[in-house]
Amino acid sequence: MSPGRYIPLVLAAVAIVAVHLGLSAADLTSRMTQITMAAYYGLVVIGLCLLMGYAGQVSLGHAGFFAIGGYVSAALTTCNLLKSRQAWPVNWCDAIGLLVEHRDLYGQVMLSFKPWPAFLASLVLAGLIAWIIGQPVIRLKGHYMAMATLGFGLIIYRIVLGAEVFGRADGISNVPPFELVSIGGWRLAVSDDISLRVQNYYIAWGTVLVAMMLAINLVHSRVGRALESIHQSEEAAHSLGINTFQYKLYTFILSALFAAAGGALLTHYNANINPSEVSVMKSVRYVSIVAVGGMANLWGALIMGVVLNFLSLRGKFGSYDDAVFGAILIGIMLFAPNGLLRMPDLKTLFGPIWRRSHG
Amino acid sequence: MTMALIIQYCLAGITVGSIYAIVAIGFNIIYNTTGIVNFAQGEFLIVGAMIAVSLCAMMPLPLAIALAVLITMAIGGLLELIFIRRVRDAGVLRLIIITIGISILMREAMLHIWDEKVRALPYFTGNDASTIGFLGASLSPQVLWVLGVCGVIVAGLTLFFRYTLVGRAMRACADDRMAARLCGINERWMVTLSFMLSAGIGALAGCVTSPLTQTQYDMGAPLAIKGFTVAILGGLGNSMAAVAAGLLLGLLEVLTMSQFPAAYKEAVSILVLLLILVVRPTGLFARGDAAGLRAF
Repeated sequence: MSPGRYIPLVLAAVAIVAVHLGLSAADLTSRMTQITMAAYYGLVVIGLCLLMGYAGQVSLGHAGFFAIGGYVSAALTTCNLLKSRQAWPVNWCDAIGLLVEHRDLYGQVMLSFKPWPAFLASLVLAGLIAWIIGQPVIRLKGHYMAMATLGFGLIIYRIVLGAEVFGRADGISNVPPFELVSIGGWRLAVSDDISLRVQNYYIAWGTVLVAMMLAINLVHSRVGRALESIHQSEEAAHSLGINTFQYKLYTFILSALFAAAGGALLTHYNANINPSEVSVMKSVRYVSIVAVGGMANLWGALIMGVVLNFLSLRGKFGSYDDAVFGAILIGIMLFAPNGLLRMPDLKTLFGPIWRRSHG
Repeated sequence: MTMALIIQYCLAGITVGSIYAIVAIGFNIIYNTTGIVNFAQGEFLIVGAMIAVSLCAMMPLPLAIALAVLITMAIGGLLELIFIRRVRDAGVLRLIIITIGISILMREAMLHIWDEKVRALPYFTGNDASTIGFLGASLSPQVLWVLGVCGVIVAGLTLFFRYTLVGRAMRACADDRMAARLCGINERWMVTLSFMLSAGIGALAGCVTSPLTQTQYDMGAPLAIKGFTVAILGGLGNSMAAVAAGLLLGLLEVLTMSQFPAAYKEAVSILVLLLILVVRPTGLFARGDAAGLRAF
């Protein structure tokens, strides 16, 4: 237990407050919306970083888990169970206080799930799906795992586009706010209400810091060391008695949970979700962010995730949005496989020249 | 279901299946010489068709297609020289990510050079209304073109790999890269050549199917997934088995389309992919003892 590893967390907390103060001093508080959204994408990136950087498994299906979190939360909190109130499952949920009556935009009375049970249900479902598809997928290596997870992402995309409950191409809108705590008159809610913007900024970043702390602890634990040994040489790790399959599977599930949580929270924050969140390009984007951050570098991935997503959400890349991420992906992999925050490998950069002058 | 309808479905299945087989063969050629699965394989088809559509306005169709194939081959070779060559010995993870990056860049480049409109080459013979009767089913002459061209590609590749010096050198690289190098084969150029070859046959397949399926900038990724499914189904690296697997997947897809809503068409091949990866990642036709020697 060394306190040293928590210093970055403290620094990050200070930076988060400083950004808030700086933005409000410059009268740019509207930018906080995009920073908040970027933070939720950051959750996905932290999870994927654990999987890719530490367990050495590439997943091209994380937008799928993000979507499971977002869509399940959204569907449960916007469905109308009023007609089937007498049916026993609904009745039972109502009796233990999982349901809430509210009015939709047109004043119609709706009976839906409360955000908390919906959130937990989406996490459980994401974890369960990760466990089920992880059984076969984690046994695969390299290309095979990449293609299999890509296939998983595409199936989720098809389901979302084809299913009536998920709103087909329109997605789900008017997702109610997610009230985290409410004590007396004081409430903390994830919602698209502009007056709650500052509050939401801190909720999002608080969540990210908690996730980060979990990830850091994991990496520095017995599990983390086991994962690192798997990454270095799976055979060696196996021969040391490490259950490589189990560790990889658990990391896969954990990263799926991070993605689902990010998806659910972002959906409540935006009050809507649509199929573009599920596209293959989104999964590729998460992978490229982890790569830019330096694979096994949680802070690098988080910083790059927030910066790139912020720029992308601000529309800085225009119609070249996807192309930018593609170019980043190739550039980083060619010239700086250890991430942008470490020195690029000059020998690769000037490879042809260097070789000639010494040949 | 009447007999004519069954034949109609089978023909449709064989047509899409032979396209998947061509994509799969493209995967196999590159995989054999490099051990890389090229995620940008589907894009080669679309690039080829797009270039042919543009050239078609200026010159006769056969010339446009020939030129499009040559240009796509050059693109394939250049991509290898620029991106793959310098990181040949890097880990699989890095190589996967690079080919994914290439596929994104190609797609985005196509979006900006052309646009998101759906295009198509004209029918090679006749037009979209002309049909040929076949055992009570009717088919477009273009279907015959597709089947013919796919057949010629497969036969041509077989002869190339079996009887030409370059083809044999490429096969030697696939067998054992180190031994091939010791025999004086320039392994680096074989890799470049394999990229050019699979880009070329991809472009040709893209051109010949364009009148039937149309061409849009983002159609490469689904094709790549299906081609990969077929490649795995036949056993990665085995081009002849890929043809059989391609026809199998094509028929399976058409069969589901006839029974279920069209939306599930995509899901079938992905489901097959996941299943085969789980149950038998060596492919349907691999022998058990050989399968045990390979890592997945």
